[in-house]
Amino acid sequence: MNEQQHLETLSDIKRIMERSSRFISLSGLSGVWAGICGLAGATVAYLWIHSYYLAWDTRGSYYDSDYAALRFKLIALAVVVLAITLAGGAYFTWRKARRNNLPIWDATSRKVAVNLCLPLVTGGFFILGLMYNNHEPLIAPSCLVFYGLALVNASKYTLTDIRYLGITEIILGILNIFFLRRGLYFWALGFGVLHIIYGLVMWWKYERGMKIEG
Amino acid sequence: MNPIGNLNKLFDSRIRLGVMSVLMVNEEVSFNDLKQVLEVTDGNLASHLTTLEENGYLKVHKGFIGRKTNTTYSITKAGEKAFKGHLAALENMIRSIE
Repeated sequence: MNEQQHLETLSDIKRIMERSSRFISLSGLSGVWAGICGLAGATVAYLWIHSYYLAWDTRGSYYDSDYAALRFKLIALAVVVLAITLAGGAYFTWRKARRNNLPIWDATSRKVAVNLCLPLVTGGFFILGLMYNNHEPLIAPSCLVFYGLALVNASKYTLTDIRYLGITEIILGILNIFFLRRGLYFWALGFGVLHIIYGLVMWWKYERGMKIEG
Repeated sequence: MNPIGNLNKLFDSRIRLGVMSVLMVNEEVSFNDLKQVLEVTDGNLASHLTTLEENGYLKVHKGFIGRKTNTTYSITKAGEKAFKGHLAALENMIRSIE
């Protein structure tokens, strides 16, 4: 064996270690897509909330039924945005995995899913509790903090950039706690702008050079 | 000292070296996951796993998921030591050539 073969062996070992312990198919474009969906959702929410307050001002008094309708519309919007985000995000990651001839559902992606879901589902129930107790201003910061924790938790099994995205989301969520009732702006920043920035960085780092087939 | 002497004969096989690489970074790995990562056939992988087990480099855990058998593998202390020794030997060789 010569030097070249030894170097190849070492890089083989490194590649196998990485491939078997980390899910590397996560696409930056999934992040960009999530960011665009997040910003679009936040814009619609902003317009609805705006017209709600406009109606309040013109009529001069608060109506329970108006508030209930707005609340229902916002929850429905959140569900729709989440579904579109996940579908698009899954598509870009599936595309990257196929291009690299890697399985999309293997031991590593299972680990990412489980470690992501644990804090995320906890956060989901926590937020349902907040809604049940009418603590609406706390929803946005809780979303950001739990989502950030979920990312940090799952980052052990995927690209390390996710860890820094998670930490940034947590910081944003904590800041939001001290600027309550500005949740929509923090939400748009955390789920929109940050996803787009990190998505572009990850795409630039890992996917720029990849050729597009099919 | 002859640097080649430090290389582990058992790791001449790329598949065996691959198995050890996977087990170094994962606590417990199933037969199917190993097969998927290393892109090898059942029979080929099984024979290499037996060799590594006989040398005390890995532990086999036989379990069941429902009725299907689920065999998982993990690295032993001896296996970890052997793998690290092999890597160090590779590194030394490359450095001595430079």
